[in-house]
Amino acid sequence: MSASLAAPAPGGFGRMSLRLVLIGALLLLALLPVLNRLPADSALHVSDFIVSVSGKWITYAILALAIDLAWGYAGILSLGHGAFFALGGYAIGMHLMRLIGPRGVYGHPTLPDFMVFLGYKELPWYWSGFDHFPFAILMAVAVPGLLAGIVGFLAFRSRITGVYLSIITQALTYALMLAFFRNDMGFGGNNGFTDFKELLGMPLNTPSARSTLFYASLLLLLGALWLCGWIARSKLGRVLVAIRDAESRVRFLGYDVTQHKLFVFVLSAMIAGLAGALYVPQVGIINPGEFSPGNSIEAVIWVAVGGRGTLVGALLGAFSVNALKTWLTTVAPDLWLFALGGLFVAVTLFLPRGLIGLFSKAAK
Amino acid sequence: MSEAVLYLDGVSVVFDGFRALNNLSLIVEAGELRAIIGPNGAGKTTMMDVITGKTRPTAGVVRFREHDLTKMDEATIANLGIGRKFQKPTMFDALTVFENLELALKAPRGPMACLRWTLSGEARRRIEAVMEEVGLSARAHDRAAILSHGQRQWLEIGMLLMQDPELLLVDEPVAGMTDQETEHTAALLVRIAGQRSVVVVEHDLEFVRALGSKVTVLCEGTMLSEGSIDHVQNDPRVIEVYLGR
Amino acid sequence: MKHFILVLGVLLWLALPARAQDAFTAALPGLAGGFGDIATSVEQLGTAGDPRALPLLRALQEGKLQKAPDGRILLPQGADLADAATGQPADAAGAETVRLNNRVRQALRGALGRLQLVSPDAAERAAAADAIFRSRSADDVKPLQTAIARESDAGVRARMELALAAAQLVAPDESAKRDAIARLGAAGTVEARALLLEARTANPGLITAIDVSIASIERTLSLRQAAETLFQGLSLGSVLLLAALGLAVTFGVMGVINMAHGEFVMLGAYATFMVQEACRGIPWLAPWSLPLSVPAAFLIAAAAGAALERGLIRHIYGRPLETLLMTFGVGMILQQAVRLAFGAQNREVSSPPWMQGTLMLPGGISVTQNRLWIIVFGIAVLLLVVAAIRFTRFGLEMRAVVQNRRIAATMGIRTGRVDALTFAFGSGIAGMAGVALSQIDNVSPNLGTGYIIDSFMVVVFGGVGSLAGTLVGALTLGVVNKVLEPYAGAVLAKVFVLVAIMLFIQRRPRGLFALKGRAAES
Repeated sequence: MSASLAAPAPGGFGRMSLRLVLIGALLLLALLPVLNRLPADSALHVSDFIVSVSGKWITYAILALAIDLAWGYAGILSLGHGAFFALGGYAIGMHLMRLIGPRGVYGHPTLPDFMVFLGYKELPWYWSGFDHFPFAILMAVAVPGLLAGIVGFLAFRSRITGVYLSIITQALTYALMLAFFRNDMGFGGNNGFTDFKELLGMPLNTPSARSTLFYASLLLLLGALWLCGWIARSKLGRVLVAIRDAESRVRFLGYDVTQHKLFVFVLSAMIAGLAGALYVPQVGIINPGEFSPGNSIEAVIWVAVGGRGTLVGALLGAFSVNALKTWLTTVAPDLWLFALGGLFVAVTLFLPRGLIGLFSKAAK
Repeated sequence: MSEAVLYLDGVSVVFDGFRALNNLSLIVEAGELRAIIGPNGAGKTTMMDVITGKTRPTAGVVRFREHDLTKMDEATIANLGIGRKFQKPTMFDALTVFENLELALKAPRGPMACLRWTLSGEARRRIEAVMEEVGLSARAHDRAAILSHGQRQWLEIGMLLMQDPELLLVDEPVAGMTDQETEHTAALLVRIAGQRSVVVVEHDLEFVRALGSKVTVLCEGTMLSEGSIDHVQNDPRVIEVYLGR
Repeated sequence: MKHFILVLGVLLWLALPARAQDAFTAALPGLAGGFGDIATSVEQLGTAGDPRALPLLRALQEGKLQKAPDGRILLPQGADLADAATGQPADAAGAETVRLNNRVRQALRGALGRLQLVSPDAAERAAAADAIFRSRSADDVKPLQTAIARESDAGVRARMELALAAAQLVAPDESAKRDAIARLGAAGTVEARALLLEARTANPGLITAIDVSIASIERTLSLRQAAETLFQGLSLGSVLLLAALGLAVTFGVMGVINMAHGEFVMLGAYATFMVQEACRGIPWLAPWSLPLSVPAAFLIAAAAGAALERGLIRHIYGRPLETLLMTFGVGMILQQAVRLAFGAQNREVSSPPWMQGTLMLPGGISVTQNRLWIIVFGIAVLLLVVAAIRFTRFGLEMRAVVQNRRIAATMGIRTGRVDALTFAFGSGIAGMAGVALSQIDNVSPNLGTGYIIDSFMVVVFGGVGSLAGTLVGALTLGVVNKVLEPYAGAVLAKVFVLVAIMLFIQRRPRGLFALKGRAAES
């Protein structure tokens, strides 16, 4: 079965060395914005592109961690985690839109451009409060958490498991995508939010904003890693693995499976929401496309490629698949979808434990 | 007359017109050891399912002390103090023997409680004692997946002991065990009974004889005969449907 | 009595042309006279209803009608002139053009309109009725009544009736007005309602009668709307049924979750497109390209399905989540392959002539022919699937393998082959769904993605493994969607349906028609 960080590992040389590699990689990652400040002719100089792209990948890695926590440990394969990510992104996007203030094209003091364009007279009630950063962050966590709570409660309570749950979550993100495409939802419709100016008094699109957001993402990644690691090593982690492998047996031991699944699903959605909140200011745009079912399932494949049920695997998968994507979409854009589809097939057929499984086999 | 722990009255279970249990009544008293035998399809496992909340009865009363079990889910029933060992040993293959027992150990079951849980010295001693009892001490840190069939049986009995239940439902505990292990199991169950109630479902009549307990014979979802092993073995109806062939 | 009327009718009909011919010849000399005479002649010709009057008046309107010095009227025939009365070629010497003034022009317009009412071309008659409806005057009543009596086309007659009512409403005859109001109320159309609303202000004395008629129209209209919504819902439901039937086989019966199912639907639609292109050059075959593409789409999608099952899926049986991911990847590859082969833009599959247009059902319910065909097709495919499972050797083996694989194998059934065939069968049904979808949706590489989630909802809602559940589930979802659409909009209707299904699953986790003891996983 999957190698989890949870299991005590006598003589796990492979796992120890993996952990060292992880720490080394994270340190190297932390150096990127510093290297970016070096003069351009320096051999160690790192381009703006690399910094912004890795900042984006870090938020992807956090999303991958969230999916892994639910899927790799508790066996909940959500095909709608992109929705939680996007909701977090929309929450911070609303804050960023409010911060534009009168600097929009139409120069309206409070209304974002798209609302002026669509003939809104005043802000809809659900936009209030988003001028405060802490409120926006709270919403980026609370809204995905609440949605996951409701969906999870309904699904887990009636023991919808496996592919049924996957399909329901996929339908959820699909429905949200359709809803957010509508202009009258008050979220910018098709175009979503963009043209952000500043965040926390710091103009976006400057090197300092880039590195600040980069480090914030890295910090969140470390925090999520710590939290997931704590859960994985705790008895809760063992209960989740037990639920994944034999759900009904756990019930006969007296564990309320619904509660445990709900706990981990909501937590996972919240982490995904935060990741989305850090993603949007870095890429400068959020639109309903983020809800597309394809995005969610692509994130699932990161985890599968890296190796589910191991936290390092989720990170490894997120970085490696996205590196492949960035490279391939510039070299041969037509081939990317073939490669991604091929990855789905290859991983499920030949690498059920992902790259991590490959490494630990090699280590033995 | 001592107090009834488990009380089934007029319990019927109907699947698509098929009567798995038919007006079954059964009373198990505190501290009693009860063996249940019957041919395949007699409804033994269905009876266990009804008691543990896996299957809802179509009609009838199922009580554990003062609790109505027909309204409760599996986890609630387990937490009331009813433990079950399955016919086919099921445990968590990805976890070690020690972890399997730790999960079964009676302790707060909520997510936050599990997250904050730390293994106290006393809990560790209890787990080690049970591992000793079921002969798995040497395999504490092996994954359950690599245990032999007999060892899996033992691990499941161990998990049942860790739960510290008031009523133990044990489904075919000695299938795949050696004669020596079978004796050991019988002695273990006899020892447990007295403080707790134990219901054992078994095919192996020698084992049932070794238990020396009251025996209930089920057939076609209803009770056919009840009494000592000698009594039921001489009951003509029992001989006809089960033993005499 | 009946016979008498019939005979009388026939006699009248026979007599009509003769009388008209007289009137036609009699009116001709007037055209050579002054403007007043010309106008009178035009009016006479307009009411005569002679087939020769129409080209004559048209020539007059276009300024091509000549009069000879002897007063004969000459009609241009090709490059030459002919005597309008006899049709014989005539000498053009000394002929001059018949002139028009405003009075003649006005008479001409009315006469032409009435003449068109008896034109042999149904479209021209309908256009004439519409023209009269717009310019209505009391003079139109009589010609309209004549035309209605002779009209054989129901659609044209309905328009003439409307025009007649409009004309009667502006005519002075009070009882005719009341009669027209009642008939408009019975007609129950939007146009009739508009006409009545207009007449309401002009006829204060008739307001009660008009309001009664309007209320009756509104009842008819809302009933008709309900019927049309139901029809649209059933038609959407049939589309869902077609898309979900294949899933009911692969997911419901085999327990294999195939996320590339939507792409098989898409392959079916492209197969339809290719068959259409292949038939384009063969005129007698072109109208039948759509029925031809049904087997083609089935075979292509079935082949793809068999390849997927044998090549990939069978290696990971019993691992539903992995199967889900893998087949999603396959779907991605298929989409991209089609996108590269055919381009990302939409491809047009046209409906054959016999599927175009709308059909008027009794009660004025209009249904589009292609939607009607999709319902028929959906039912046909359902019956086909049921028959294949119930009555064929393959169906028997399939059920045997599903129920007990090992025993089926010991009885000599090659289970691997049955798996492949079953999966191919389900995929082929998806291909046939693609043929139907090509008629109502754009054929594009991502055609299938929009339907796959809905189809899974249908299967989950209806109950996994039950064809009856799939049928009821599909039709219910289709109708509910269409009923909600006017109130909530298409998107919110979808969201609402999703929420409703989630709540529904709370009560019946295994769907409407749950099969006990079997599921994709236990």
